[in-house]
Amino acid sequence: MRHPRPWIVLLLLTALCLVCGVLATAVGSVALSPTDWWTALTQPASSEGELLWRLRIPRAAAAFVVGAMLAVSGCLMQVLLRNPLADPYILGVSGGSALFALLGFSLGLATFWMPILALVGALVAVLIVFGLARGDGPWSGTRLLLTGVVTAAGWGALISLVLATGPDNSLRGMLFWLMGDLSYARLPAWTLVVLLLCLGVVLANARRLNVLSMGETTARLLGESTQHLLWGIYFLSSLLTATAVSVAGSIGFVGLIVPHLMRLLVGSDHRVLVPSAALFGGAFLVLSDTLARTVIAPQQLPVGVITALLGVPLFLVLLNRARLRPQAP
Amino acid sequence: MTPRPERQSPSGTDANGVQSLEVEGLGVRIGSTTVVEGLDLVLEGGAYWGMLGPNGVGKTTLLRHLAGLVRPAAGQVSLGGRPLDHWPRRQLAQRLGMLQQHTAYVFDASVRDVALTGRHPHLGAWQRESAEDRALADAALGRVDLGALADRSVTSLSGGEARRLAFATLLVQDPDILLLDEPTNHLDFRHQVRLMRTIGDRIYRDGHSGLAALHDVNLAATYCSHVLMLFGDGAWEAGKATELLTSERLERLYQCPVTAVDTAEGRRFHPAFSSSGGDGSSSSTRA
Repeated sequence: MRHPRPWIVLLLLTALCLVCGVLATAVGSVALSPTDWWTALTQPASSEGELLWRLRIPRAAAAFVVGAMLAVSGCLMQVLLRNPLADPYILGVSGGSALFALLGFSLGLATFWMPILALVGALVAVLIVFGLARGDGPWSGTRLLLTGVVTAAGWGALISLVLATGPDNSLRGMLFWLMGDLSYARLPAWTLVVLLLCLGVVLANARRLNVLSMGETTARLLGESTQHLLWGIYFLSSLLTATAVSVAGSIGFVGLIVPHLMRLLVGSDHRVLVPSAALFGGAFLVLSDTLARTVIAPQQLPVGVITALLGVPLFLVLLNRARLRPQAP
Repeated sequence: MTPRPERQSPSGTDANGVQSLEVEGLGVRIGSTTVVEGLDLVLEGGAYWGMLGPNGVGKTTLLRHLAGLVRPAAGQVSLGGRPLDHWPRRQLAQRLGMLQQHTAYVFDASVRDVALTGRHPHLGAWQRESAEDRALADAALGRVDLGALADRSVTSLSGGEARRLAFATLLVQDPDILLLDEPTNHLDFRHQVRLMRTIGDRIYRDGHSGLAALHDVNLAATYCSHVLMLFGDGAWEAGKATELLTSERLERLYQCPVTAVDTAEGRRFHPAFSSSGGDGSSSSTRA
């Protein structure tokens, strides 16, 4: 299993992102031909320019940043729990944020508050898991996982409670939040800062992630003080997930299948894997969102439905391929 | 209990600037069980220690103390006169390495990439592996017969191959002090011998030092200069292999009748297979 050269992969992925960006901004209720698209792009004042610059580009940009965040967060969570099938939501981050956003809905707060509530909810979930799992003892991946999974189940129950007792007219909005939706997503500048900062920190520590993915004891024997590293990864991964959820709700499967696909493509060296996953995660969500607003237009689907519909079969195929693939001689 | 043994090996301890690992009055417990009490030991350059003891006596736990993974409850382990927990982990990893008993690779990395992680403690944060580092990794993989599998995924390796890869990673790490937890587990005859010889070369020829937990008494008799025996309940004995390896001690150690056989390569031991005595398999020829 020789992997292609990293710079070729990164170049191709960047090209893919651009193609997806053009596609996402050209198709929709008003389809733009290549020449119209170019005119709209260069003349923001025209009506088509308005459409492009005020609606489609912000939405595509939000999709890209959210996708990249979830993919990077997935990479981190997989190292943290030392399981290539771990998902950024597995520790209950999405549950906490969804609950807080839903409470906002049922209290009739303005949509302006939703991202803020979602972010607060995600951070509350992170702090609860952190506080409970840390205890006094040393790091334990199992304890973290169990605490996270049980907390996530608790959030789920509370969410059902809010849905069952909430006003009917806000149910649809709530469901969109639970499934993940980019219809109203805007991209505050600080989310971009979060993504870039986290990417920088992760890349600076990428070789440490390689070592850590071989196990905590192995990492210590190779010179890492793993306690700080593990909590640092937990913090970064949670911050990325919380930010992503606050922008677009809990969009599933991106953080699971994108790192997995990229591992097949570039291997497990995080110096290449993390940037590849960021690019591909962004492109994947931009594409999924384009599908979500075009397949049954004029009606829009929550993008989470599309990522799940694409993600589940893809994941099963990958899993089977890995099992059936004959061993290389 | 014997006093600390004198070391008599052809290469000088300080000739290579190798710092020795010193164990003073170390007490190790697992719950209410005592593994060792008052253990004094010096791993000097040129000495290859074999650690023998029955299953569950605490060999792995003791090794974890020697590697500085666990802070000792009593006594201390120090390297170059400095207690292990005062060493920054990275600097320690440049000098001391350990092969763990179990090796499981979860992520789909290539064999070469895993071997290269041995360079981790020697590289700065942004530094990439150099051509020299790659050459070191390839040489180590060749040493354990994994050269042809360098581009394979580690998840596809057999148990013995994964074990050899873990050992290759330790060679790439290139520490002065080697701690090995049952290094010959899962290995066939050829690779057992190659591994023990490779360690022996590093110790006797290059003046490094090492300690290996072993279950094969004859590997210890063949390759080790010194032996540490853990009898359970904190009792231990340490000294030259030739002096300590006797049927009587091994019978006490393993609670089982042991037969000694003199071969052209020296004295070898095996359990008495029939309860009536040691004549169950008297022919003992080892290649």
